[in-house]
Amino acid sequence: MSVHTLTAARLPFADLAVPVAPSGPWQESAWLLVAVPLVSAAVLLLAGRRSDRWGHWLGVAASAASFVIGALILVSLLQAPVGERVVEVDLFDWISAGQLTLAAGLRLDPLSLTFVMLVTFVGSLIHVYSVAYMDADVDRRRFFAYLNLFVAAMLLLVLADSFVLLFMGWEGVGLASYLLIGFWNHRTEYAVAAKKAFIANRVGDLGLLIAMMAMFATVGALDFTSVFGAVGSMDTSTATIIGLALLLAACGKSAQFPLQSWLGDAMAGPTPVSALIHAATMVTAGVYLVVRSAPIYEAAPDAQLAVVVVGAITLLFGAIVGCAKDDIKKALAASTMSQIGYMMLAAGLGPVGYAFAIFHLVTHGFFKAGMFLGAGSVMHGMNDQVDMRRFGGLARYMKITWVTFGLGWLAIIGVPPFSGFFSKDKIIEAAFMPVAGAEWRAWLFGSVVLIGAGLTAFYMSRLFFMTFHGEKRWTTAAEGAEQHPHESPRLMTWPMVVLAVGSVALGGLLSIGGVFTTWLEPVVGHTEHADPVLPIPVIMASTLVLVLLGAFLAWRQYAASTVPQVAPAGSALTRAARRDLYQDEVNDAVLVGPGAYLTRSLVYGDRQVVDGAVVGVAHVTVGIAERVRKLQNGYVRSYAATMLAGAVVLLVVVLVTRI
Amino acid sequence: MSLTNYLVLSTLLFTIGTMAVLLRRNGIIVFMGVELMLNATNLALVTFSRMHGNLDGQVFAFFVMVVAAAEVVIGLAIIVAIFRTRRSASVDDVNLLRN
Amino acid sequence: MTSASSLVTALTEAGTTSSGEATLFWVLAPLMVLGALGLLFSRRTIHVAVSIAGVMVGLAILYVAQEAFFLGFVQIVVYTGAIMMLFLFVLMLVGVDASDSLVETISGQRWIGLLAGLGTGAVLVGIVTRASFAAPVGLEAANTDTNPVGVSRLVFGNYVLALEVVGTLLVTAALGALVLTHRRRLTRKVGQREIAEAKVAQGARLTPLAAPGVYARHNAMDVPALDPYGEPIEESVSRVLRIRGQEAAAEAFALQEDAEERAVPEDEWLTTTEDPDELEGGEQK
Repeated sequence: MSVHTLTAARLPFADLAVPVAPSGPWQESAWLLVAVPLVSAAVLLLAGRRSDRWGHWLGVAASAASFVIGALILVSLLQAPVGERVVEVDLFDWISAGQLTLAAGLRLDPLSLTFVMLVTFVGSLIHVYSVAYMDADVDRRRFFAYLNLFVAAMLLLVLADSFVLLFMGWEGVGLASYLLIGFWNHRTEYAVAAKKAFIANRVGDLGLLIAMMAMFATVGALDFTSVFGAVGSMDTSTATIIGLALLLAACGKSAQFPLQSWLGDAMAGPTPVSALIHAATMVTAGVYLVVRSAPIYEAAPDAQLAVVVVGAITLLFGAIVGCAKDDIKKALAASTMSQIGYMMLAAGLGPVGYAFAIFHLVTHGFFKAGMFLGAGSVMHGMNDQVDMRRFGGLARYMKITWVTFGLGWLAIIGVPPFSGFFSKDKIIEAAFMPVAGAEWRAWLFGSVVLIGAGLTAFYMSRLFFMTFHGEKRWTTAAEGAEQHPHESPRLMTWPMVVLAVGSVALGGLLSIGGVFTTWLEPVVGHTEHADPVLPIPVIMASTLVLVLLGAFLAWRQYAASTVPQVAPAGSALTRAARRDLYQDEVNDAVLVGPGAYLTRSLVYGDRQVVDGAVVGVAHVTVGIAERVRKLQNGYVRSYAATMLAGAVVLLVVVLVTRI
Repeated sequence: MSLTNYLVLSTLLFTIGTMAVLLRRNGIIVFMGVELMLNATNLALVTFSRMHGNLDGQVFAFFVMVVAAAEVVIGLAIIVAIFRTRRSASVDDVNLLRN
Repeated sequence: MTSASSLVTALTEAGTTSSGEATLFWVLAPLMVLGALGLLFSRRTIHVAVSIAGVMVGLAILYVAQEAFFLGFVQIVVYTGAIMMLFLFVLMLVGVDASDSLVETISGQRWIGLLAGLGTGAVLVGIVTRASFAAPVGLEAANTDTNPVGVSRLVFGNYVLALEVVGTLLVTAALGALVLTHRRRLTRKVGQREIAEAKVAQGARLTPLAAPGVYARHNAMDVPALDPYGEPIEESVSRVLRIRGQEAAAEAFALQEDAEERAVPEDEWLTTTEDPDELEGGEQK
């Protein structure tokens, strides 16, 4: 029995849809999705201050145009029969070097279009929100240019039909993220945060590069169709290596353990950036990569297990950190990390989880973006205060923010019938699915996600209650500035309202009759429903009990009793969680310290040996020049004497050689 | 007497002219040294003309003289111009090349 | 070629010159070398110029001795007559200069110059003396139609292009000299009219200064002129004389009223030139 038949029997991808040529004008012009925001970004950056007055509206229009085009393509794809829903649009011959010939092309399929819709819809809302949020900033135009650049790069990432083009988008979003985190780079710590994010992402990018090299070495091609088609003939160790390298890339981009340290600092960027890039879209690119590379992971069970483990660790990690953070944006960032841990875990579970990973990704994109916008609205009303210990009782003053944030809160902790319930509950169920030959996995990962759900309920409730309920703990005039919280302008509240509606209804709508999982089937394959190790009602009930318990504990501690304005010392775990579980210290000790030592010794070697040689040569040259310089004394007669001496010598040489 | 004597005289004059160029500081004297060198070559040319029995050497010498005349005009004009601005005819004072 | 060949001794069969020419050479050559050495050792530029002019004349004589009559005369006309005179003019413009001294200011230049010069000389003399020349031909044949005609045949024949180019060069050089020595006028030209207007504006003296001795009874340089009222005009005497204090007392020659001062004109040198009584009587009327 050969490996080939075995994998083919195991793989649910055998009946996957084969790419077809585009049909219809909108599918043909899919390149506009990327081109429109890209051109807009270029215009905004090149036009400079001249476009200050209308630049932000151009940015909004570009994003909205992408959304409209995406929607039209979505409709055209929905009209096509299920078997023809994977469309490849060839653009041009891109790279033709030796053995490698690569065409740049776009892949329109349910997965990429799901992302397109999420990115452009949430992106457009956040563009609108930013018009008001960045109103006072002199560089608002530049901000919109970067946002458009991000949208273009993200769309390129999800639409690419090859790993190379995906990598281009991958780098593009990294660049946009860097530019936007460091948008207020006149503050050193923000610039440092941007650099940190960039470097952590570079580590992940290395993984993607290694994966691409391995693919090229074994398959000889880098487009999805060829690579995934060749997975069957790939041996397991190669697939594992590629899978682990891709996981490294995903960890870097999605802030998963052990590369998660940058996300908290990335909150230095303006809040709309945190909402769009560091909550809804870019950080989920890792999940996209894993789901997109599903055939590879199916051929490499060890890599798949690694994905699950990484997801589980990050899930708990982010949840624990989220319980201790007092900075509202950092708490939300920890929550993002944790929720992406859910998605990764689901993506690592295999075909039972892919659809739910993407499902949770979409619903999370809505409610987390909504909550970030809510947090931005709170900051807007509270003079950019981010310490939750100085909030409290804001519900009365910012009604719309309170309501929309509350709906997002209910959605993320998974209260039925809000969006999060439908997506997260499915992941919990999937985590309890038995794996043949490894029963312990179902129990381990199942309990991890259950605990995670309880912790999520606790820290999100803590955040919600500390901000909107309890007594007022605002800064007074004596401490600096007196606070006059007020509701944000309509340009900011409307996007929040729309996202809140999505938080409420999207999950329910998309899970009626499993419409979303069916829609994704051409990409992630179809799986027969199996039974988890526990009965589904038991899982659901225990989830709800844990959620309610977490919310109740948070209510008791942060709404019903007094919250100290200065953080108490807390237990060792709390202190560790406040410091991101010493992740920065570990990085310093394990990576930065040795790296710095290596650098220092290299610098020493460079100074002593290389520079020594170079400087020595320079010294000798200078010494010679100092002597020769004396000949250049500016006296014509001296020059004439030199010339004559030269002529005499020449004459003598000629004579001697001739005679 | 051999015609070589003329040539030896010519080289002696040439050498003296050269040394004048190298050793004197007054621009006018230096210039006269140059003229002496030209004249020394003229003498050699005339002697060669006589040796070879054709007049081309004399014609060369004639052209040398004409060119020397032109050169003297320009050279002296330069000396005068420099003297006007620097109040000196010393060639050592014209050392802008140095810095 | 009769007169020319009688003036110059032709070459012998062995390629040597006649004893007459040898005598001429041995007399002239040391003199010329001495004159040339003046270039190195003479302190005054004017001496250098004169000794070089002498060398040029010597060269002209040697040219003639070598059957180059045309060139010999051109040498005299162009070099001694024009170029060396130009040098003298420039010398007069520039004057005596500190750079005339023989003290060397660049360290090492003297030794370098000496070595390079002597090296040049050694090499050149070595080449000339060691070279083996073919037997000299002489210019008998070439100078058949006299030397200037032969030369001009070549100049206007084979070398006519070079001649034209050299002519252009001369014109360019003349223009270049004009440009180089041209001085731009920095202020407006002041003419007679401007001077007169300035004088009127200043209220200065409009007429020319009176010459010394005018209306005086004496016309020597140190005697001031007298104005219509008989007062002496100090400015009429040269400034140098006034500063030196060599001015004659004007009163001595002013109108004499009293008898003892009338005795003064009776000096013999005055009576020889003019009749003092007549002059005095005319003034009194």
